[in-house]
Amino acid sequence: MSPTNHLLAPLLLPTADVDPADVARTTDSIDMTPSLVMVLAIGVLFAAGVYLLLERSLTRVLIGFILIGNGANLMFLVAGGRAGGAPLIGTTPTDQMSDPLVQAMVLTAIVITLGLTAFVLAMAYRSWQLHGHDEVQDDLEDRRVARHAARNAPAFEDTDTEESGETLDDEATQAYDETDGDGDGATGLRGEGPSRGGTPPSGSATPPSGSAGTAGGEGR
Amino acid sequence: MNLTYGFATLVPLPVVLPLFAAGLALALWRHTRAQHIISVAALSLVLAASIGLLVGADAGPIVVDVGEWAAPVGIDLVADRLSALMLTVSSFVLLCVLLYSLGQGVADGHDKAPVSIYHPTYLVLAAGVANAFLSGDLFNLYVGFEILLAASYVLLTLGGTGERIRAGSIYVVVALLSSVIFLVAIALVYAATGTVNLAQLAERLPDVEPGVRMTLQLLLLLAFGIKAAIFPLSAWLPDSYPTAPAPVTAVFAGLLTKVGVYAIIRTQTLLFPDNRLDTVLMWLALATMVIGILGAVAQNDIKRLLSFTLVSHIGYMIFGIAMASEAGMAASIFYVVHHITVQTTLFLVVGLIERRGGSTSLDKLGGLAKIAPGLAILFFVPAMNLAGIPPLSGFLGKVGLIQEGVAQGTPLTWALVVGSVVTSLLTLYAIVKAWNKAFWQTAPVELPAASTPRGMVGPATALVAFGVALTFAAGPLYSYAERAAGNLMEPQTYVDAVFPGDSGRGQGVSSDLVEEEQEGGGS
Repeated sequence: MSPTNHLLAPLLLPTADVDPADVARTTDSIDMTPSLVMVLAIGVLFAAGVYLLLERSLTRVLIGFILIGNGANLMFLVAGGRAGGAPLIGTTPTDQMSDPLVQAMVLTAIVITLGLTAFVLAMAYRSWQLHGHDEVQDDLEDRRVARHAARNAPAFEDTDTEESGETLDDEATQAYDETDGDGDGATGLRGEGPSRGGTPPSGSATPPSGSAGTAGGEGR
Repeated sequence: MNLTYGFATLVPLPVVLPLFAAGLALALWRHTRAQHIISVAALSLVLAASIGLLVGADAGPIVVDVGEWAAPVGIDLVADRLSALMLTVSSFVLLCVLLYSLGQGVADGHDKAPVSIYHPTYLVLAAGVANAFLSGDLFNLYVGFEILLAASYVLLTLGGTGERIRAGSIYVVVALLSSVIFLVAIALVYAATGTVNLAQLAERLPDVEPGVRMTLQLLLLLAFGIKAAIFPLSAWLPDSYPTAPAPVTAVFAGLLTKVGVYAIIRTQTLLFPDNRLDTVLMWLALATMVIGILGAVAQNDIKRLLSFTLVSHIGYMIFGIAMASEAGMAASIFYVVHHITVQTTLFLVVGLIERRGGSTSLDKLGGLAKIAPGLAILFFVPAMNLAGIPPLSGFLGKVGLIQEGVAQGTPLTWALVVGSVVTSLLTLYAIVKAWNKAFWQTAPVELPAASTPRGMVGPATALVAFGVALTFAAGPLYSYAERAAGNLMEPQTYVDAVFPGDSGRGQGVSSDLVEEEQEGGGS
């Protein structure tokens, strides 16, 4: 929490010290141009953090959260305006003070992040104790859907529906057409189609057996 | 001093008392009985203080400057009608659930659940909820959220079994993410306005450039939307809640999402009264209702079914908020009160069912109506209340929303009116399915000969009775909600309460500083 706010804030922070009605003057009087280094650092922290958050391992997710949290803390510092001296009366002239309120907020946020980091670490450790890994597992619905799909899968599998290639053209190169006299029917027409698994597109040399297409498909 | 002074002293109590009691309960972890007495006493006092605030806030918002630092510099706690109402209902619910868990011997697993941790954490949760409701400062609201979330992480993973760790990981990661988004939003708000005080923000935000303001609004909505489980952000909820012990699930279902809804109400009305995202909110409300309830229909486990109805009914509250009118807001507030009560009650009763029937799966339960008729009544009343059967309070809340939707009469509100009626019917369908299977079908497996302890039935009955009482007290309650909504739609009331123009408050000048400036010639 922030008793710190009450202690520091009244010792003059330029923003909060101003008459609430007088917004225009406030925004004019503070130099809000952020430092480029800070902005770049925030960007890098957020990008790396988001990347890590998308991982499966809880430890990496945690590191991602810490990075994003630090990025947010730096954002607070940028939000406080130009850096300056210690906000103590008598030490620094009023117009050169840095904003103490953001620092109080960042301190609070750091403490909270610390506590939660400890908790997540404990949870990752417990997960490792129980399962030997700390991966975030699928939720129940996802697993149920996957099980349903697995159970229903055989109903759709027979030689007609088996796919031997990635595109229709691929499959056409594998197909054997009985009505086609010289045996290379569609293949001849679509000779430019990519061949799969090193099988030559012209099937004329060896008349394909019923399973040849399938074998080619499995071979890739 | 005068009477308002008396009320003002009550404002910090709902935060301070549970925190103090939490420390005390942790220190006395060896003495289970002392822990029980401390927790019950603390939450009873909080309830009494909240009722006092409920009465006091009806005369106008009560503002307390923490540490005697006046508003824009210090942090203030504000109890207006909405806060006081939410606080009262939630402290009543917290107390009932606490008594229930005492009756259960705290998840009766001395082998499973670390009992000494339960009470302090539960009290911290209560403090966090109260802090979020009372906060008059955006950053303090964040701190309130963090207090209650940190407590909820511990409660959800109590005992650290495999299933709870699995569900807990997802819950914790999602909650951490929403907290970071909230933090980023606060940083941007501060960068744009130079303050995090809600009342001062209400004055300054209209001067901020509209595009920036929209960004801030969206970020805050995103953060609160995850907490409130609005549709595209709701997937974490039905998976994580059912794994916790029954009292924990009950209090989470009742309170945590409603804190998010409260934060949305507060920021939408106070900070962004120009209503530019209402259309988006309406669509989200519709999607939340319909998709949530379709999820509930597909479930075969009462706890999971109820978790999905919880998501679905958040949609009603968002609908009321999105209409951005006094009547819509009033209906929404009434609905929040109703839903906190009824959802908590149902989860508690499901805890009783689980105890009596040995399971919450509808494939294993059956014939409970014959062997436990009392339990059947306890389930049936709040279930019908949830589905919105007249004359119960759920019906009244829905009627309020639908009336206002029809009165506004745009195609979108009509779509929402239809959506809410359909959702209501599907809720009835899902609930009746559970009712038929659990209570009336022939038991597929032999039910264990368990009994339900009186200590658990008592609080559950009290909550059922409270839910029914909401119907009888609906007139005064609804008019209170209308007055609260009236306050909300006039943000100036709130601002004036925090910055009364004449008293010199809200200037951010401390007397020490003034003296020093006079001496030093204003350095």
